[in-house]
Amino acid sequence: MARIAGVNIPTGKPVWIALRYIYGVGPKRARDICNSLKISDAKRVNQLTEGEVLKIREFIDQNYKVEGDLRRDVAMNIKRLMDLGCYRGLRHRKGLPVRGQRTHTNARTRKGPARPIAGKKIAVKK
Amino acid sequence: MTRSVWKGPFVDGYLLKKADKVRASGRHDIIKTWSRRSTILPQFVGLTFAVYNGHKFLPVSVTENMIGHKFGEFSPTRIFIQHGGVDKKSEESKEG
Repeated sequence: MARIAGVNIPTGKPVWIALRYIYGVGPKRARDICNSLKISDAKRVNQLTEGEVLKIREFIDQNYKVEGDLRRDVAMNIKRLMDLGCYRGLRHRKGLPVRGQRTHTNARTRKGPARPIAGKKIAVKK
Repeated sequence: MTRSVWKGPFVDGYLLKKADKVRASGRHDIIKTWSRRSTILPQFVGLTFAVYNGHKFLPVSVTENMIGHKFGEFSPTRIFIQHGGVDKKSEESKEG
């Protein structure tokens, strides 16, 4: 068990993959961390020495914004847009796509599951 | 694609002049503008603009947070119409 950057406990996977379980560390950053700390791809998390875990922790703390801090940042950015009353903010408020995608169809990721329209007849299968 | 930095922010020239004029004279003048494409610059902060949305001029009082956005972003061009609850009467008559 290795605790890196707060609550994250990646498993017995290779280090450069396990690191991606941290919010704010993706493929690129995971690679960068391993390269600059000279941790080989073959090494798994449970094979890391205490010192190495410490080094990773330090490296992330110094270089990247991660987990709670990052989440707060993102939320703040969205909140700023919403308070500003600009178009993007309005879209965020309504839970619709922000970047000009169509909403006539699709846009289900933002809108959530389709809601039935009152009074519309359900198509009967033949 | 974001605009190249070396070009600087885009602003319609007359807006700058008007802003200067309003600043120089007594304040509180609303600047009417059609230039939705202009970036909001630091020197516009505190002024009020009336931004055309194709129908009427919507007042936008510029604050510090708005710098870097465009005027058009604060003057929506579309009216959002939601599906209201369908009338019970009309629904019944349809089925009857």
